[in-house]
Amino acid sequence: MKTAERYTTPLWHSRSMAARALEEMQGLAAAVSKKTSASINIMEVCGTHTMAIAAGGMRRLFPGQLRMLSGPGCPVCVTSQGDIDLVLALAEVPGLTIATFGDMLKVKGSKGLDLNSMRARGSDVRIVYSPLDAVELAAADPAREVVFIGVGFETTAPVVAAALARAKKRGLKNFSITAFFKLVPPALDLLLSDPTNKISGFMLPGHVSAIIGLEPYRFVARKYGVPCAVTGFEPLDILTGINMLLKQMLSGRPEVQDEYFRAVPEGGNRAALKLMEEVFVVSDPSWRAIGVLKGSGMSLSPSYSSFDAVKRFKLKRSEAPEPAGCLCGKILLGKALPPDCPLFGKGCTPSSAVGPCMVSSEGACAAWFKYGN
Amino acid sequence: MSVPQKVLLGHGSGGRLSRELVEKVFLKSFSNPALRLLEDSAEVRAGGVRLAFTTDSYVVTPVEFPGADIGRVAVCGTVNDLAVKGARPAALSAAFILEEGFSLALLTRLTASMRRAAAEAGVPIVTGDTKVVEKGHADGVFINTAGIGVIPPGRALASASVRPGDVIIVSGNLADHGVAVMNARNKLGLSGGVKSDAAPLNGLIEAALSVSKGIRAMRDITRGGLATVLNEVSGACGLSAELDEDCVPVSAAARGACALLGLDPLYVANEGKIALFASPAEAEKIVKALRRHKYGRNAAIAGRMLAEKRPQVRLNTGIGGSRILLMLEGEQLPRIC
Repeated sequence: MKTAERYTTPLWHSRSMAARALEEMQGLAAAVSKKTSASINIMEVCGTHTMAIAAGGMRRLFPGQLRMLSGPGCPVCVTSQGDIDLVLALAEVPGLTIATFGDMLKVKGSKGLDLNSMRARGSDVRIVYSPLDAVELAAADPAREVVFIGVGFETTAPVVAAALARAKKRGLKNFSITAFFKLVPPALDLLLSDPTNKISGFMLPGHVSAIIGLEPYRFVARKYGVPCAVTGFEPLDILTGINMLLKQMLSGRPEVQDEYFRAVPEGGNRAALKLMEEVFVVSDPSWRAIGVLKGSGMSLSPSYSSFDAVKRFKLKRSEAPEPAGCLCGKILLGKALPPDCPLFGKGCTPSSAVGPCMVSSEGACAAWFKYGN
Repeated sequence: MSVPQKVLLGHGSGGRLSRELVEKVFLKSFSNPALRLLEDSAEVRAGGVRLAFTTDSYVVTPVEFPGADIGRVAVCGTVNDLAVKGARPAALSAAFILEEGFSLALLTRLTASMRRAAAEAGVPIVTGDTKVVEKGHADGVFINTAGIGVIPPGRALASASVRPGDVIIVSGNLADHGVAVMNARNKLGLSGGVKSDAAPLNGLIEAALSVSKGIRAMRDITRGGLATVLNEVSGACGLSAELDEDCVPVSAAARGACALLGLDPLYVANEGKIALFASPAEAEKIVKALRRHKYGRNAAIAGRMLAEKRPQVRLNTGIGGSRILLMLEGEQLPRIC
């Protein structure tokens, strides 16, 4: 295929190319399971992949030997209940504007409230498309405190860092953020360090990798011998990524391959990495349903700590227990599928969600429920 | 499931939450046979004449956006709600709630736009009302329009009349309106020139009805998008519907904008598109007639009704998979990454 062709969108939906990739996948999967005489468990680490697989109705096209597991890569799902409670506490501060990405609106805190219902009760909650818009909100109204809700992975952290750099340069005193960022590689390490894990390969998030490059994943292949493929989000990207992983399993030579090379350079995005280093420091955050994980997150560096909303408004953090019966922790670790949960589709649906995997539009349970897999 | 204690923005999304509000609050208070059908307009009989009657309120920010404005949408929306029931629009009303301080020049532009849209539809605005509220008590201007139309003898279009095997025809490219408004509202700076599709469709609908007696129902595809309309029709006739993703017309620019924002074009609002449900033998003829009209150039057969007696919509995806297409849950929210 010519490089120019690979960039044109319609190609990534081509049915004939998909059919060929799926045919190849059948053969590869059969060969791998013959070699290993076990089922093949590929974890798609990222919520965007979970949704793309579900939206494409792809699960039922995959070979029978292949199981796709959803990983801990949905920003909303992994934000701890304690952090959500802090966000809701901020929304109660009088005269304060919350600026947030849209999908945080429906996440319920431990008392059953979410930003949507806080907005209906009079809190000033605004959806922004970029943290830079939140900086503009603050600049336009210096008498009003504006807090941007920073959650997510290496994908969103650089643009929040850029917003903070701008706010600092302009000397804005009424802008702050929550720095609840998580890092993907430490989560992979946690998953694999569990001797009972059944992961045979990782489909790695293309957008995170566009920032961090390939190097931070190399330990996965080296230390654990697990194949990796950095993968894009179009249907054909996903099929190609799976085939890359199956070929690695077959050859017995695990490595980090770059399926999404049209967007992911080997060394990542140097400017973004430099900015993140300036604004953030590595921290030990709490992951929802997983717990505190050393070195797996980012909080504000000393030179930016004055932008920390939690400190500025003197909020206290406390971690509420996870809802009884909910299997989200196991699902995020690839140890259970959504239908395995006794609450799935019964006590727990998108409109009255119990656990985070059903709350988030990119959560594994929401994807399984919404697209009827 | 109980309605939450307060009204949420999602209750106005046109999706499942809106439906729940209508059923649990409004239908409970107002229920009667004409209302219970919950079609785009109600059919009433007066002096032996069958009338279609509808009303709609319009709240859009910003009030002017590429391709249209709140005034044009207010006229077209009501005209289309009448026309999809097979009615010929006879008269409209227009009521304005204005916020103190609203620009008179802008109001004049909006009313001129309404006049042009009404003239195009061939329907007069015969009555109206104005209220002004204190600054901060409304967002610039809210417009309500109502309309009546005459349903010619022999025409009976209803979602409940849709039969197994009927094809689903979409009258043109979806998602343009929603994308254009979102782009203007949030100053997203998306290029691609996506414009609102707001248009009066009574001419297009007459053209389709005049070539075929095989049209069983028509629906205005507005808030909640095609996915929501198909779920409503599937619920009303009790049959499963099947949509082919490849065949749903969406322009490349709108598709790209939706992908960027994490929106699904099947749930995005339109103001100048309808879904037609028609006998398969008549489908080609109807599509041809639609395509001859300026508002139906991209009309296409996008799916079919199945014999399965189970209200459910399935989507055959572009790469050969399939999945269930649910109603819009609440608001469509742009995602984090």
